[in-house]
Amino acid sequence: MDGSVDLCGVELGGPILNGSGTFDAIAARRVFGAALDREFPFDAFVSKTITLEPRAGNPPPRLWETAAGMLNSIGLPNRGLAGFLESDLPQLASLPVPLIVSVMGFSAREVAELVGAVSERAEVSLIELNVSCPNVETGLVMGADPTETAALLDVVRPLAGKPLIVKLSPNASAPEDVARAAEAHGADAVSLINTLKGTALAPGRNRPWLGGQGGGLSGPAVRPVALAQVAAVSAAIELPVIGMGGITSGAHAADFLSAGARCIAIGTESFRDPAAAGRVRADLAAIIRKEREEI
Amino acid sequence: MSRAPRRTTAPFGRRAAEVTQAERLGAYVLISALDGGGPTDPVPGQFYMLATGERWGGGTDERPYLGRAFSFARARPDPGGLTLQFLLEAIGPGTARLAGLEVGDALLLVGPLGIGFDAPEAPQHALLVGGGIGVAPLLGLADSLEGAPGATLLGFRGAAHAAAGELFSSQPQIATDDGSVGAAGLVTDLLAPHLEGQALDARVYACGPPAMLEAVRALCAAAGVDAQLALESGMACGFGACFGCVVPTRDGLIRLCLDGPVLNADRLDSALVPGAGH
Ligand SMILES: Cc1cc2nc3c(=O)[nH]c(=O)nc-3n(C[C@H](O)[C@H](O)[C@H](O)COP(=O)(O)OP(=O)(O)OC[C@H]3O[C@@H](n4cnc5c(N)ncnc54)[C@H](O)[C@@H]3O)c2cc1C
Ligand SMILES: Cc1cc2nc3c(=O)[nH]c(=O)nc-3n(C[C@H](O)[C@H](O)[C@H](O)COP(=O)(O)O)c2cc1C
Ligand code: FES
Repeated sequence: MDGSVDLCGVELGGPILNGSGTFDAIAARRVFGAALDREFPFDAFVSKTITLEPRAGNPPPRLWETAAGMLNSIGLPNRGLAGFLESDLPQLASLPVPLIVSVMGFSAREVAELVGAVSERAEVSLIELNVSCPNVETGLVMGADPTETAALLDVVRPLAGKPLIVKLSPNASAPEDVARAAEAHGADAVSLINTLKGTALAPGRNRPWLGGQGGGLSGPAVRPVALAQVAAVSAAIELPVIGMGGITSGAHAADFLSAGARCIAIGTESFRDPAAAGRVRADLAAIIRKEREEI
Repeated sequence: MSRAPRRTTAPFGRRAAEVTQAERLGAYVLISALDGGGPTDPVPGQFYMLATGERWGGGTDERPYLGRAFSFARARPDPGGLTLQFLLEAIGPGTARLAGLEVGDALLLVGPLGIGFDAPEAPQHALLVGGGIGVAPLLGLADSLEGAPGATLLGFRGAAHAAAGELFSSQPQIATDDGSVGAAGLVTDLLAPHLEGQALDARVYACGPPAMLEAVRALCAAAGVDAQLALESGMACGFGACFGCVVPTRDGLIRLCLDGPVLNADRLDSALVPGAGH
């Protein structure tokens, strides 16, 4: 009984990914040394979202802890496409698992340029389109509405030499409608949920705490929302679904798989324990083994 | 003249240490824990992300949820591993939980993390400047010196906090806001005379509240004295994953957990970090 999973024709050792932007493997190698590659906890690695031009990200403060979760207003800091291809990609390519590159553009043409350039690189197995980042002013638009998503894919799909994952926004009125549009216009998989829009005020002051004013909510607080959306989207489309949002245990992962997800991703929980995904993987395998024995 | 970054790598993942002692020290609590799973040579100035094994989550405001960053104050190899000491003050839900730890409890930790202090060429060149809870990493630095530092200057609010001065064997000079212990005034008042005529060899090692660090930075810049400042910012992960802990430097925003928390003062236009700590 091997636990391997097919994701759009790419064989993964198991169903556990990281949420984009919640694990920096290059930084982690500096902090944990060779142990990171030896004990790598994910079955595929998703890069932090990259954009065409370099971005510094939002001014601090960028974090606010909430009840069982957190708000972030990171603002997609990254080296830009050229910097990513030159300095990050070679380092990510040597990780022991397939690589998924997350991209975001401020227009369909920008996304197309990113997808075209990333597609040319053999080190990359899949591409994820971040159409749902709520932190950047225009980030909401493309993933918030089925027509926008369809129009985006019509431009991008012909240039994509790799399977495309569309990461859905939970801030849309009906994510399953966006998922249907993605399926009809050539997406190969969808992932969800990205962070939920939220804000917090500085204690005792009448203004937002976060440098980016608003932020995105993640962690256990969002799990019931994520599970409902994963179930709704899985029921609406045939494509593989990557489910995430507040997963901290093997039991949570099993719930998302029961709701119809093919793979799951660990995000915020890695902040509390960098090896959390490895623990979730082991616990999930034990749950699946037990279920099979009971049948 | 910059040497290799002073970083001891951490085991991958969070592990449990066992609390072996928890003592009150005036306004502070000193927690000792035996870490059987980590390196025995963390660099002074490095930190650990801590959480209690029980009841982490669900407190006031339903926090803490994330781990909390703490410099180790002391580290002593012992049978079974490394005894780590953390000095803390209960200022919110996370520190309150940690302050309530009892002997035998589990202390969850990830680390050592970040980059520590550069050792001075000679102990007497080191001028240690600590404010409040910021004295914690200076204890480890003082322990690591093979001789007495040139000066140990500590500033506290009042007597309850100045109790932490007793942890130093290096004859600290103390200033308190209310004059209840040592000189009345700020620790930077103690520092100023030490900087005169020092320039070439001396290096200041400072940790404390943002306003103190900024004053130290400005004084050292004016005197042409090297300074290493241990900064704080809000952290979610401590290992470079979230990009949440950035502070502005002359080279742009850097992740303090990865490229700090100890920074050479000449990298900063200001040590006042937006949204940082107390
Ligand atoms: C590298 C490093 C080393 C440190 N070393 C030590 C040490 O040795 N000893 C020690 O006592 N402390 C140390 N600290 C500080 C310590 O990490 C904080 O005091 C601790 O995280 C506070 O947690 P809390 O839950 O008690 O307080 P919180 O309630 O989190 O309050 C702390 C500060 O965070 C802000 N804040 C308030 N509410 C929130 C919220 N919901 N979300 C985000 N921010 C909020 C405010 O500015 C507040 O003053 C260190 C920090 C760093 C970065
Ligand atoms: C600090 C932080 C940064 C993130 N950055 C990105 C990003 O760059 N691109 C993206 O698609 N999602 C990003 N996300 C969203 C996560 O990938 C994930 O969808 C979300 O956090 C929900 O999962 P979780 O509750 O397990 O964290 C980020 C989340 C956090 C907390
Ligand atoms: S605390 Fe997460 S990157 Fe520094």
